[in-house]
Amino acid sequence: MTAPVLDVRELKKIYGTGEATVHALRGVNLVVERGDYVAIMGSSGSGKSTLMNILGALDVPTSGQYLLDGVDVSRLADRQLALARNRLIGFIFQAFNLIPRTTAVANVELPLAYAGVKPRERRRRAMAALEVVGLADRAKHEPNQLSGGQQQRVAVARALVTEPALLLADEPTGNLDTRSTDDVLTVFDQLSAAGRTIVLITHEPEVGDRAKRLIRLVDGSIVTDQRQAPVLATGRHQA
Amino acid sequence: MSFYEVVRFALRGLSANKLRSALTMLGILIGVAAVILLVAVGNGSAKAISDRIEALGTNTITVLSSGRGGSTSTALTPEIADALADPVLAPDVASVSPVVSSSATLTYEGTDHDVSSFVGTTPGWFAASNTPVGTGAAFTADDEAQGRRVVVLGQTVAEELFPGVDPLDKQVTVGGALFTVVGVLQQKSSTGFQDSNDTAVAPMSAVRQVLTGYGSLNSILVEATDPGKVDAVQSEVSTILDQRLEVSATGAASTSTPYRIQNASQLLATQTETAGTFTTLLGAVAAISLLVGGIGITNIMLVTVTERTREIGIRKALGAPRRVILTQFLIEATLLSVLGGALGVAAALIGSSFEIVGVKPVIVPSSVGLALGVSIAIGLFFGGLPASRAARLRPIDALRYE
Ligand SMILES: Nc1ncnc2c1ncn2[C@@H]1O[C@H](COP(=O)(O)OP(=O)(O)OP(=O)(O)O)[C@@H](O)[C@H]1O
Ligand SMILES: [Mg+2]
Repeated sequence: MTAPVLDVRELKKIYGTGEATVHALRGVNLVVERGDYVAIMGSSGSGKSTLMNILGALDVPTSGQYLLDGVDVSRLADRQLALARNRLIGFIFQAFNLIPRTTAVANVELPLAYAGVKPRERRRRAMAALEVVGLADRAKHEPNQLSGGQQQRVAVARALVTEPALLLADEPTGNLDTRSTDDVLTVFDQLSAAGRTIVLITHEPEVGDRAKRLIRLVDGSIVTDQRQAPVLATGRHQA
Repeated sequence: MSFYEVVRFALRGLSANKLRSALTMLGILIGVAAVILLVAVGNGSAKAISDRIEALGTNTITVLSSGRGGSTSTALTPEIADALADPVLAPDVASVSPVVSSSATLTYEGTDHDVSSFVGTTPGWFAASNTPVGTGAAFTADDEAQGRRVVVLGQTVAEELFPGVDPLDKQVTVGGALFTVVGVLQQKSSTGFQDSNDTAVAPMSAVRQVLTGYGSLNSILVEATDPGKVDAVQSEVSTILDQRLEVSATGAASTSTPYRIQNASQLLATQTETAGTFTTLLGAVAAISLLVGGIGITNIMLVTVTERTREIGIRKALGAPRRVILTQFLIEATLLSVLGGALGVAAALIGSSFEIVGVKPVIVPSSVGLALGVSIAIGLFFGGLPASRAARLRPIDALRYE
């Protein structure tokens, strides 16, 4: 029997002290099995990004336990954490977080470089990833020469390029038009079909509809967690 | 991830911020170059001073009459000079040159030139006083013995009296007598306000006959066999002089002796000390500029890394281990400091080939090492420290860093 990819127990996150204390997460329990496709929705400030950062091993909870592939993340050393972030997880930030003054293709290559992939192979895979998000012709542009949507797609390409088993996406389509949104979601569908695990945050119901499972977060707690039949990609354009 | 890859990352990091990299290097360059040059100027002027003193001759002492009373019993005479060349009582004396001198007017074909010191001495004087003859030859012991009227001119005199003419074998009139020019002294650097090239040297016998008369000597130049023996020579000479001039060990001696001994090595010691103080002073100035330069480097490094804390957060989120990030930033800091430092050394070397405020700078090798070492250490420390701090942050904290 294999452990679930994500196993979160009684997760709490409290920011600040005294007057300024914010309970961003108030005891979240969540298990995500391998190959699942989860959409998290909720109003602004409900703690979605906070949860996602903890799931991506970028932040630590105030209390509670987080098992990634059955391993307690809080016990991992820096090297192992780096390895997990690099090999296991693809993370798409709400704020893109591209490295400034560095070309799109160099940004996409970065996780491969830390994985020890040779430069030639790296370049090839980075170009392929950019192709997937429709930005092959912008490969040599630096982030400040790209529109918000284009930057977001570069961030998507960077998360996909290592072909991670777990894709964590914080509003990956927040800045995209319907057409680009559809392109990115199609890629997610393909990854999901290939057995990879996806957790994404979104405000758009039509994005949430594509997932197999929908979670609603209100004020730091999960209020609904339901399975659903994912809407097929082809249905939407005609509507 | 291989080290080579990390180096490439560092290079890309530097070239992604060309202006900032250039400014950082400029700061280090100026700091290093300023320190090296300042110390070189101090050292150069110290060296110039000691060179000039050495030109006076460091292994000689000069016996002067202290000029009290002028009675014959206390005057310096050629006999006293001869007595100093005593291999038994004064074994460390290499040569003794009695010196008479007076001002004189030299005339050649209607051109007059006043010489402040027309020196009459023996041939040994040229070597002892470190005054080599440039063209022609010095007069000989035979010239001295025969009282031949020959003269060796200083550069200034030669130029004044014989513009564009070879002065050798010409005859100049001094004090109504004709002297044949047999040589011209080499150009000598001047020690003070007096032009040491404005001189003429002739056999003592001739000068006494024509100019000064047969009174006392002005001074006696005593050369030691070795610069280290100067002090021994001084005491040997004192002993002989005390005997000769009948300085009583009891009464009059308490006030002063009738002669004075000037010791060039003492002068040199004082001057070297002064020059040393000067170098120390400049070293202090250099240390301060190094400090200021260091603070500049610190500042730029801190700002750079702080500005790049977000970038460090991104890199960590993408799976960069702490060590790789630290290595990259250390290589960047090293490249900047080493390149900036090397350029600073180059700039200092180029700068030192020019005269600065009349001084030819002489580079002190240890100052190069010190300036380079300190700037590189500062660059590494203040480049590395904030980077390691940032690399230790959780990715999300680094990303939120403002
Ligand atoms: N570093 C922080 N310090 C203090 N409070 C924080 C911090 N980060 C988030 N918060 C607070 O925690 C709560 C949850 O924030 P979070 O970013 O998770 O919201 P979100 O659901 O992602 O919202 P959005 O949809 O706008 O992105 C908010 O009230 C926010 O103000
Ligand atoms: Mg958010």
